[in-house]
Amino acid sequence: MNRSNPNGAARRDAVPAEHEYRAALVSALIKLAPHRIIRNPVMAVVWLGTVLTALLALAGQASAGFGWSVTLILLVTVLFSNFAEAVAESRGRGQAASLRRARRDLIAHRLSDDGALLEVSASELRAGDRVAVEAGQLIPADGEIEEGLASVNEAAVTGESAPVLREAGTDRSGVIGGTKVLSDRIVVRVTAEPGNSFLDRMIALVEGSNRQKTPNEVALGILLTVMTLTFAIVVFTLPFIAGFVGVQINLILLIALLVCLIPTTIGGLLPAIGIAGMNRALRANVLAKSGKAVEVAGDVDVLLLDKTGTITHGDRQATGFHALEGCDKERLVEAALLASLADPTPEGKSIVVLARREGGDMEQPAGAEFLPFSAQSRMSGVNLSEGRMIRKGAMDAIVEHVRGLGGRQPDGLDALVSEVARKGATPLVVSEGASVLGVVELSDVIKHGIKERFARLREMGVRTVMITGDNTLTAASIAAQAGVDDYLAEARPEDKLARIREEQAKGHLVAMVGDGTNDAPALAQADIGLAMNSGTQAAKEAGNMVDLDSDPTKLLAVVEIGKQQLITRGALTTFSLANDVSKYFAILPALFAAAIPQMAVLNVMALGSPTSAVLSALIFNAVIIPLLIPLALRGVRFKPASATELLRNNMLIYGVGGVLLPFVAIKLIDVALGAIFF
Amino acid sequence: MMEFILVFTLAILLGWPLSKYLAAVMRGAPMGGDRLFAWIENPIYRLLGTDPGRGMSWRGYAAAFLVSNLVLGAIVWLILMTQAWLPLNPNDAPNMSWDLALHTAVSFLTNTNQQHYSGQAQLSYLAHLTGIVTLQVITPMMGLALVVATLRGLFGGRAPRTAGAGDDRAVDVGNFWADVIRPTLRFFLPLALIWTVLLTSQGVPATLAGGPVVRPLDTLVSMQEQKIPLGPVAPMVAVKQLGTNGGGWFGPNSAAPLENPTPFSNLLETLALLLIPVTLVLMVGRFTGRRRFGALVFGCMLVMSLMSSGAAVWSEGFSATSSDIALMEGKEVRFGAGPSALWASLTTQTSNGSVNAMHDSLAPLTGLVTISDMLINAIWGGIGSGLQQFLVYLMLAVFLAGLMTGRTPELFGRKIEAREVKLLAVLVLLQPLALLVMSAITLAVPALTGNSNPGFHGISQVFYEYTSAFANNGSGFEGLGDNTLWWNLTCVLLLILGRYPYLVLPLMIAASLAAKRRTPDSAGSLQVETPTFGLTLIAVIAILTLLQFMPVLVLGPVADHLALIAP
Repeated sequence: MNRSNPNGAARRDAVPAEHEYRAALVSALIKLAPHRIIRNPVMAVVWLGTVLTALLALAGQASAGFGWSVTLILLVTVLFSNFAEAVAESRGRGQAASLRRARRDLIAHRLSDDGALLEVSASELRAGDRVAVEAGQLIPADGEIEEGLASVNEAAVTGESAPVLREAGTDRSGVIGGTKVLSDRIVVRVTAEPGNSFLDRMIALVEGSNRQKTPNEVALGILLTVMTLTFAIVVFTLPFIAGFVGVQINLILLIALLVCLIPTTIGGLLPAIGIAGMNRALRANVLAKSGKAVEVAGDVDVLLLDKTGTITHGDRQATGFHALEGCDKERLVEAALLASLADPTPEGKSIVVLARREGGDMEQPAGAEFLPFSAQSRMSGVNLSEGRMIRKGAMDAIVEHVRGLGGRQPDGLDALVSEVARKGATPLVVSEGASVLGVVELSDVIKHGIKERFARLREMGVRTVMITGDNTLTAASIAAQAGVDDYLAEARPEDKLARIREEQAKGHLVAMVGDGTNDAPALAQADIGLAMNSGTQAAKEAGNMVDLDSDPTKLLAVVEIGKQQLITRGALTTFSLANDVSKYFAILPALFAAAIPQMAVLNVMALGSPTSAVLSALIFNAVIIPLLIPLALRGVRFKPASATELLRNNMLIYGVGGVLLPFVAIKLIDVALGAIFF
Repeated sequence: MMEFILVFTLAILLGWPLSKYLAAVMRGAPMGGDRLFAWIENPIYRLLGTDPGRGMSWRGYAAAFLVSNLVLGAIVWLILMTQAWLPLNPNDAPNMSWDLALHTAVSFLTNTNQQHYSGQAQLSYLAHLTGIVTLQVITPMMGLALVVATLRGLFGGRAPRTAGAGDDRAVDVGNFWADVIRPTLRFFLPLALIWTVLLTSQGVPATLAGGPVVRPLDTLVSMQEQKIPLGPVAPMVAVKQLGTNGGGWFGPNSAAPLENPTPFSNLLETLALLLIPVTLVLMVGRFTGRRRFGALVFGCMLVMSLMSSGAAVWSEGFSATSSDIALMEGKEVRFGAGPSALWASLTTQTSNGSVNAMHDSLAPLTGLVTISDMLINAIWGGIGSGLQQFLVYLMLAVFLAGLMTGRTPELFGRKIEAREVKLLAVLVLLQPLALLVMSAITLAVPALTGNSNPGFHGISQVFYEYTSAFANNGSGFEGLGDNTLWWNLTCVLLLILGRYPYLVLPLMIAASLAAKRRTPDSAGSLQVETPTFGLTLIAVIAILTLLQFMPVLVLGPVADHLALIAP
């Protein structure tokens, strides 16, 4: 399975394993404890209603069948909500268990100051200790490599079995406790105190044990609590108002009305949505340090990206041959091919590939002498046995070389070279003997599909800024090809920080990707700092997310997850409140039917009897929660579109749909109840 | 139908140029007429010890509003309790009891004009002219001031450098005194003067002399002589109609011929109901510099207004309960069903509360429309207060719609977070809490209610009275013996709860938003100025009102209707 593909992860989300269900069911019962249920005020009201109806049924306030049915349905409603939260948590817990296995019983070989090795338990390690790790051993704690390089299998943390290279003194010097060294020997300086390691934090995060409500969740929670209070007022004033016209209302019916009206659907699923957001990020192999970070990602509107490795592949490739006037192209292709056949650099190889495609069919002639690139000559080439001297290199180097042989700079060369440079490519001039033949165009190749991704981001209202060390001309050209909105050319590390501050001062929320130690300040300053797992410890500490796959384009997935999470909350809140319209039409006629016969007109669904009307509404209210669990865990489908379009679609589905669906569903449940019981 | 179209068209056509003028007045920049008004305004500013150019924080602004109201209310309360001993009392009105006086003072102070007394008999000319009319002029302008300050806050306050600084007390929302005095002198009083002259031309009296004594033509009635109460009626009618006040000179309000003598005066007065609220909404775009935002507010309100008025006219003239006999009950024959229904819907939409027909006698479904109008209280709404309530709905809708577009909800680039939601939550909760709890108590202890009608209609009456008080509307279903200690005091409570939190809390929210960093618009930010959002907003308003009050509306007007049409 391709772990770096968030969609692949989402597919796995949809079908929880059977053992997950069983564990969740147990956990749902445990969550009935009053001190836990009170954290969710909406469900606490339902739980209270359950207890009250049970007491009323015991006291004989209604027919036993009806009283106990209502009690049972209310209890099931609470359980469904607990179950939703438990399922979401169990996802993380599975992952946490495997992480724990990685952490267990690690043995460390601590280096003392005199160089002696001492075998200690990993839990005794402190920050600053130095440990030696040999091939085949597990790294005992988080740290930085001080000496050596090694290939490391990080599958225990990332799920990726292909080994990664970690090396002292580079931007890839960070290692994680619990991962395995496959080759070589390294000395690691421990950077994390026990209990505060990367794994520890990861376990805590996926278990949701230290999960704090995000700011938006708090705000929405206030609104839901107030709606619940409002409906409590509506319901508890009703018997007094109805009493004025001589209508006596059964208390159990009132409780049923209250439970139907308060936003149980969103109230029951809200915790699950929050946990699922973190889990979805984790399944995309992004470790968010808090739920808030995921939420903020949805608001990001400026994205700072390094050119190299993110937008382009990072190595230049030949993309065209431009012969000078008076020289035919075949000759240029042939010369470039001959000069590159023995060239081991990626650029050289790419010239061979392109030349073959253009019809060059030379093989390495015998007796050829290859001259590799050097900083002094600034060109490379080949001397053939018959005396041909072919060179390729920067324009001034080649012109100097040709002059030395008695040649001169041809008229059209300047124009040709600057034309290629303007396209954002590097011109490589080719000469044979004393004559210049033409120019090979070397381009930094834009990654496949990156332009479409930026277009999607633009539709979501996210502006992309490319950061590159290239000169302005090249940067502008690549920016245009890749479809980024802006670029920062000739950038030094401190320019990133300045740019982030500048964007933030204008009110933007900025995300950036980084891996090096010199990226750390910018990662810390950015609203979302996505650090590469391959990066240094400093970078990982500074960012608020770590991408375990070290894929810079992962940020797009994170932005989508953040947005999806907010949309899911909004959509289910809308749905929950819209449902109330039909529930009124089911329950109000049932409440008043006996005392006020004319009210039958309001029974627009033509429900069988008052009892079955109330039960149908309650059953719908309960059953909709588990039916929506997959949606809460997976998130509402998110298609990049303008805000207005998103609003229109979601209002149509969850608003209008939320009004209409329960009319149909309640009627169907009523028919079914009628067929079974009445 | 003719009047329906005429009133809406005229209100918009006249409101357009007026809104341009009002925006200039509220912006406070130099304008024509400055020299004329300066010699009235400057002495007032000196008397108050304020510099009209100096801005206030939301706290200062709210404090000025509340303290000025406290002082005004106390003065009027005292006048009402001592009017019999004061001059200008040719019709010998007695002193008011303390609770009735309190209710009357608070009622006019909150721009409600709910009357538990009958004007012509129980108020002296002095009380009318100094107490009542002063409040009728000033309180709508105070509402205007608060909403203008709130709008300033929503767009970052007057001094841009304090915007986004993180301190809501540093945000300059304007000068309260200037915001009240400028529109009173430059906008409201001139307009009221024009309306007074027009009404006088139709025969509405304007005199300080006592009324004549006449002999009724109908000799069958027991009374031999009748004293016709007169007074400075025309100016008060102009002010009550234009200023979303509603409290008339005479008990029957504009159903009385001396307040509303001709079809033309009826047109004038109906138009006046709508004119300033419409002008205010049209001003929003000009004042904030966001024309499209102004268009959103106007569009939403116009759609709701046409739906409400259309429903009222249909229900009164064409529904199942509008049978021939019942049709004219409680109505002035000179106007008939159509103009009465139009007035009833407009007077409840605009939080005015004046009437030209008795609302108690409206068809039950028309009653439903009028109650719904008052529950929403933001279809045009009272001057300032309606727009302020609309902003509350706007922020709630933005919160929900913002989530559905995948962003933390923000209004004009500023995030709506827990603090703002808490304040909004207070306003959402307060309305059902006040209305339903009060109605429940009153209905559960029938000795208190003094109903003329038991049954469903009795529920409508009680609920209407409280809704009217809380919406600062002032119209009544009557039929209640409402001048009792219980009614006076509970209504005072609701009058206050329905006015001050709903004017001040949005200002707090706006200042809190202004102190936040502003995010520039992008394709991903929610665009509120679109038909899609407009419809969402209307849906939020409708669903919220429906969900909170459906049971009591079903037991009141709906059951009333169903009982009437039952065979």
